[in-house]
Amino acid sequence: MSARDYIPKPISQLPWLIILLTLAIGCFDLLVLYSAAGGSVSPWAKSQGIRFFVFLLGAIGLSRVPASAFGKAALPAYGVLVVLLVLVELIGAVRGGGQRWLDLGIIRLQPSELMKLAIVLAVAKFYDGLPASETRRFSAIWPAAALILLPAALVMKQPDLGTALMIMASGITVMFLAGVPLRLFIGGALAVGVAVPFAVNFVLHGYQRNRILVFLDPESDPLGIGYHISQSKIAIGSGGIFGKGFLNGTQSHLDYLPEGHTDFALATMMEEWGLVGGVLLILAFFAIIYWGMNVAQHAESRFARLTAAGLATTLFFYVSINMAMVMGLAPVVGVPLPLISFGGSAQMTVMLCLGVLMSIDRQNRKTVRW
Amino acid sequence: MSRPPRIVTEATQTYSFSRRALMLGAAQGGVALLLAGRMTWLAIAENAHYSLLSESNRVNMTLVPPRRGWIVDRHGAPIANNRTDFRVDLIPDLLEDKEKILGELQRLLSLPPEEMARIAADLKHAAGFQPVQVADNLDWDRFAAVSVHLPELPGVAPTRGFARSYPAGAAVAHLTGYVGAASAEQYIKTKDPLLLVPGFKLGKDGLEKMLENQLRGRPGAKRVEVTARGKLVRELATRPDTPGQTTRLTIDAGLQEYTARRLGTNSGSAVVIDCLTGEMLAMVSMPAYDPNSFSDGISHLEWKMLSDNDHVPLMNKVLQGLYPPGSTVKPMNGLALLAAGVDPGMRVNCSGALRVGNGVFHCHKKRGHGPLDLKNAIMQSCDIYFYEMARRVGYDAIAPVARAMGLGQKFDLPFASQRYGTVPDPAWKLRKYKEQWTVADSLNASIGQGYVLANPLQLAVMASRLASGKDLHPSILAGRAPAPNDLPISAEHFAVVRDAMFGVVNGGGTGGAARMQIPGVALAGKTGTAQVRRISMAERSSGVLKNASLPFKLRDHALFIGFAPADKPRYATAIVLEHGGHTVRNLDTPGIGRDIMTYLFDRDKAMATLAELEPTWGGDIQTRMAAEATAYRAAANAPPPAVAVQTELNATAPTEAPAVNAATAADVSTAESVAHTNAAGNSIAADGTTERDQ
Repeated sequence: MSARDYIPKPISQLPWLIILLTLAIGCFDLLVLYSAAGGSVSPWAKSQGIRFFVFLLGAIGLSRVPASAFGKAALPAYGVLVVLLVLVELIGAVRGGGQRWLDLGIIRLQPSELMKLAIVLAVAKFYDGLPASETRRFSAIWPAAALILLPAALVMKQPDLGTALMIMASGITVMFLAGVPLRLFIGGALAVGVAVPFAVNFVLHGYQRNRILVFLDPESDPLGIGYHISQSKIAIGSGGIFGKGFLNGTQSHLDYLPEGHTDFALATMMEEWGLVGGVLLILAFFAIIYWGMNVAQHAESRFARLTAAGLATTLFFYVSINMAMVMGLAPVVGVPLPLISFGGSAQMTVMLCLGVLMSIDRQNRKTVRW
Repeated sequence: MSRPPRIVTEATQTYSFSRRALMLGAAQGGVALLLAGRMTWLAIAENAHYSLLSESNRVNMTLVPPRRGWIVDRHGAPIANNRTDFRVDLIPDLLEDKEKILGELQRLLSLPPEEMARIAADLKHAAGFQPVQVADNLDWDRFAAVSVHLPELPGVAPTRGFARSYPAGAAVAHLTGYVGAASAEQYIKTKDPLLLVPGFKLGKDGLEKMLENQLRGRPGAKRVEVTARGKLVRELATRPDTPGQTTRLTIDAGLQEYTARRLGTNSGSAVVIDCLTGEMLAMVSMPAYDPNSFSDGISHLEWKMLSDNDHVPLMNKVLQGLYPPGSTVKPMNGLALLAAGVDPGMRVNCSGALRVGNGVFHCHKKRGHGPLDLKNAIMQSCDIYFYEMARRVGYDAIAPVARAMGLGQKFDLPFASQRYGTVPDPAWKLRKYKEQWTVADSLNASIGQGYVLANPLQLAVMASRLASGKDLHPSILAGRAPAPNDLPISAEHFAVVRDAMFGVVNGGGTGGAARMQIPGVALAGKTGTAQVRRISMAERSSGVLKNASLPFKLRDHALFIGFAPADKPRYATAIVLEHGGHTVRNLDTPGIGRDIMTYLFDRDKAMATLAELEPTWGGDIQTRMAAEATAYRAAANAPPPAVAVQTELNATAPTEAPAVNAATAADVSTAESVAHTNAAGNSIAADGTTERDQ
C-alpha cells in the first residue's frame, strides 16, 4: 500500500517534484519582491504572487493537454505572434519610440516574450514534418532559418537585443538537435565571431553598443551604463556567504541598485540571502532544466523530443544570460530571470514552457517509467 | 569536399538527438558551474572589497564646520564672535523651475534686485551639488516663511548655522579683517574637503587671515545613511566639532570703538600703545568696510563704492599708509641734536626764511618766530630752528636716532600687508636716485618732509619710546609683549624733550587744543602737518592757499603724537588724518588725541564729548555708512551688478585691492616728488596749528 493509491490518478500522476520546485522558487521570489519594495507587498509581491498561482494552475492544466495538440497549434501560434510583433511595431511607429507590449488590460503582453516559446514549437514542428532523409539537405535548413530570422528581425527592430538573441539561440538549438550538420554550426559560430565587431559598430543602436562596450570595461563609465553592473556586483559581493539578512539589503533599499525588482532581482536576492541563496537558486533552476532535458530524452515523437529539449534550453538561456549579466559576465541585454524577475510576460512564458514540458512528461510516463 | 552525403534514417536521427542533447546538457551543466563559480568568487573572494563599496555607497560623511574661535579684547570682551545664523541656500541640482523659485524667494525674502543678479550669477558658476547662498543673516520671520513654503520650493535649503559677527562693525574692520568662503584656488591647493562645506568660512584679511590656524578649529563629522539620490535616511553617528581657540588681543575693545567713532568723517588712522609694555590698545583705520557684510559677500556695487571712495576705506592706513611725519619728528630731532652736543639753551633767530645755497627755506610762520631755544622751537614748531640745526649737525646725526625711535622699523605683527617707510640718508639716496645727498635734503628731512616716510604705527611707537625711554615693540596678541630695554639715550635729554612736548599742549604751543580737562592728567604731544604739494614762489608771494580752499587730495595731512599723563607716561598715541588740512577744529588731530586719552582716564567725559560731536557729523559710523551707500546707489542709478562679487573678493583681500595699492603708491610718489623738486630751492611749510578760518 502506498499513498498513491488513495489519491486520484490525475493528481498523483503530476510531476510533483517539479511543481514543488517551481512553487519554492515562486514563493521565494515573493519574499525577494516584498523586501525589494522596502517590506511591502505592493507594488510588486502581491500582483506577482496572484499571477504566479494563476499561471501555475494554468501550467498544470496545460499538462493535461496531449503533446500532439501543441504540434498542431505550433505554426498558427507562431503566425499570430508574428502578426502581433508587426502590430506592436506599427503602434510603436504611430506613438513614436520603440514599443514592446500590447495592453491587454490584465497584463501588458510582450509578443516577443511568447515568441521565445513559439519559435521552439515552430521549428520543432518543421523538423517533425521533415523526412529523416532530408535532414542534411539545404531544404532542411532555409525554412527553419527563415522561421527564426523573421521574428528575430522584428524583435531586433523594437529594439530588444536580448530577446532577439534568445529567439535565435532557441531556434538554432532546435536545429542543432534536429540533426542539421555540425559543420554549419561551427561555421556559423566562426561567422558570428567575425560579424560581431561589425554588428557592434554598424547594426546595433547606440545604447546597445554602449552596453557591450561598457560590459568589456565597466569601470569606464561607473555612473552611466556601467553603473548597473557595478552596483549589481557590489550587491552580490557585499552579501557574502549568508547575505545581509532579509529586509537588510542596503543596495536595493537605498536605490543604489537599478532595476532591483526586474532584471537585477538576482542581485537584490543575493544581497540579502548571500551565496547560499544564489547557489540554491542555481540548483533549483538546473534541476528543472535537467528534468526538461530528461523529458526530451524519453519522448517518443520527434516533435516532443525537439520541443522538450528546446524549451529546457530556452529556460537555460533565460537563467544563464540573466545571471551572467547580473554578475558582470555578459553585457546588460535585458533578459529577466524566470520566476524571480517581476513581470507578467516572462512569468507567463516560463509557465507555458513548464506546462508544455509537463504535458510531454505525462505522455512519456504512459509508456516509460523513469 | 567530395564526401558522399550521409544517409539519415529515423534510427540514426534518434541516436544523433540523444548524443546532441547530451552534449547540450553537458554544456548547460558547465555553464551552471561557471555561474556558481562566479557567484562564489564575488561573494567570498571579493566580499571585503564589495562590502566596503557598499558601505561607502550607503554612508555619507558630512563635515560640520567648526565654530570659529573668538577674538576677544584684553578684558575678554568679544571683538569677533559667532552668532546663530538663519540662512537659505539653493542646491542647483535639485532646482526645478529656476525662474519661478527665484521669483518666489525674492517675494518671501524681499531681496533687492542686485542680490537677485548675484544669485543668478552664482548659480551659473556653481557646481551642481554645491549650495549657492540665497540669503543669510535672516530674521526668524523670513526664515520661517521659507521653511513653511518648502514643499513648493524644491532645491531650496533653509539651514541653521553659525556666522561670524563683529559687534563693533567697521570700527574693527582693519584689525580683524573678515571671513569668507574659500576660493577655488585655495581648495585646489589644499584639497581640504572642509573648504567645500557650505557655510564654512576662513579668514580673508587681517587677523582672521593671519591667525587662521588657531581660530579655525577642527570640523565635526556627521555619518548619515543616504539613498542613491542623496536623500538622508538616518543619522548614524556624530562627532562634535572642536571650536577654534579663543584668541586674546591687547586691544581694548571700548577704546578701539571710541577711537573709530572719534575720528569722525576723517580719512585717518590712530594707534594707542601702552607705554609700559608696548601693547597696542587700539589700532583704527577709518573709514572702513563693515566686516559683517563683507563676511556675507557683498555686491559689486558695494565693492565699487568702497573702491571709488577717496577716503580709501579698503586700506588699513595704520600699517599700509605712509606719510611724511612732518613736525611730529621734531621732538625726536631734539633728542638727536642734544646727543650731537647742541646746548638746549642755544637760540636760533627765526626770520621766517632761511637761505641755504641758492635756495630759500621758509618757516610756516611767515613773519618768523624771532630767537628760539630748543624747547620753544618744538613748542612753536619752528622750522627755521631745525633747518639751521640740521645744517649744522648734518642729517647723519639725526637718522640713527630716528631709527632708534622706530621710524623705518619693521615690527613683527600678524598682518600680511605692511609698509615700513623710509628714514633717508646719503647711502639710501645714492642707491635709490643715484644722486648725492644735499644740504636741502637734510633740511627737508629735519622737518619730517622730503624723503622721510612713516606709517602711523611707527609714529605711535616713536611717541611711546619718547614717553617711556624704552625700546617698546608693539604687540597685538595678549601676553606676547617682549620685555623692553632702556634706550641708549640719556634721561636728561628725554626730560628736555618731554618738557617741550608738555609745552606744546599746555604751554602755549601749537597743540593747545589737545589740553585735557582731567585734573592731574596732562597730555604731552606734538602736532604735525605734511604737505603733499609744492608751493610755488608765486603762490607764496600772494599768500599760501588755505587748505579749506584746496581740493581734498591736495590738502595737507594732519598728524599728532602724544602721551599721557605727561609726568608719568602710561599711554602713547599717534593720529594721522589724510588730507585733514587742520580745517575743522573738532575733526582735527589735537582734539581727537585729547579725547582718546580722556577716554582712558575718564570714559564718561569722553563719551559725553562724542555724544555732542557725532550728530554734527551725520550720526554714528553705521548711520553715516548707510547714508553714503544710499547716496551712492542713487547716484549710480543702482545698475544691477554684472558679476557676483564673491568671486571678486575671493581674489583680493581689501587691503590688497587695486584701490589701496593706487592710494598708497600715490602717497609715496607725491611725497617723494615734492621732496625731490624742493631740492631745487623751494621750501615747504610745516605747520602745526589748526588754520583759523574766521
